[in-house]
Amino acid sequence: MSKKTLTIALMDPPYESENLTTAFRILDIAARRGYDINVFAYEGASGLAFVRQMPHPNPVHGKDVAEENHPTTKDQVAAVLAAAEQNGGKVDWVNCGMCVDERGVNEFVPGTRRGSPADFHAFAEASDNVLVIPTK
Amino acid sequence: MTQYLLIESRDPFESNDVSYYYDLARGLAESGNQVTLLLVQNGVLSARPSAHSAALGALARSGVTVLADDFSVKERGITRLAEGVVAAPIDVVVDHLAAGHKTLWH
Repeated sequence: MSKKTLTIALMDPPYESENLTTAFRILDIAARRGYDINVFAYEGASGLAFVRQMPHPNPVHGKDVAEENHPTTKDQVAAVLAAAEQNGGKVDWVNCGMCVDERGVNEFVPGTRRGSPADFHAFAEASDNVLVIPTK
Repeated sequence: MTQYLLIESRDPFESNDVSYYYDLARGLAESGNQVTLLLVQNGVLSARPSAHSAALGALARSGVTVLADDFSVKERGITRLAEGVVAAPIDVVVDHLAAGHKTLWH
């Protein structure tokens, strides 16, 4: 299986859309194959890698933080980066700069970076393929 | 011949746009292209035998490969798929991307 470079653009904010569940499943597969992956996190998706996200308990169900085991998108981003590295690939995860400024989420998971739509253009030019997952 | 992967994530009972996306798949296939339609998320609801599933059978007969994400199917308790629809893992998206097929998400 030859090495590929794939670019995926995300637009949905954390915790609101099933699109992200599917997107992370796709990213996980690509990372486990050792592909190089570019992600452009635009608009609401710029919050996915926000590092101050905290898991929470679920008092309605009587569960503490550990029992609830609430997944955060920052941990999912970190897991994709780790899976790619373990399998010989790399991830260039770009958080749209204006988007993070607007939302006050300008602190990222290590290994991700600030960028602009120009990065998405460069990604598309340099990739074997591109998938854009828009908001509904 | 161009190869396409069309991904449908929307509920056909909620969005009339879905039928237009099916039309796009059929039109591309009838124009001589190789087309795969992958249903994901609430897009798989038409794969449960229902008023909307006949459209998927017609697509399959027109030459479109119709797949339903197995995870989305299980989540929704769908135990039987409509005629012409085959369950598939999400890996197929990466397969198509890696092969350079034109991939669209709706």
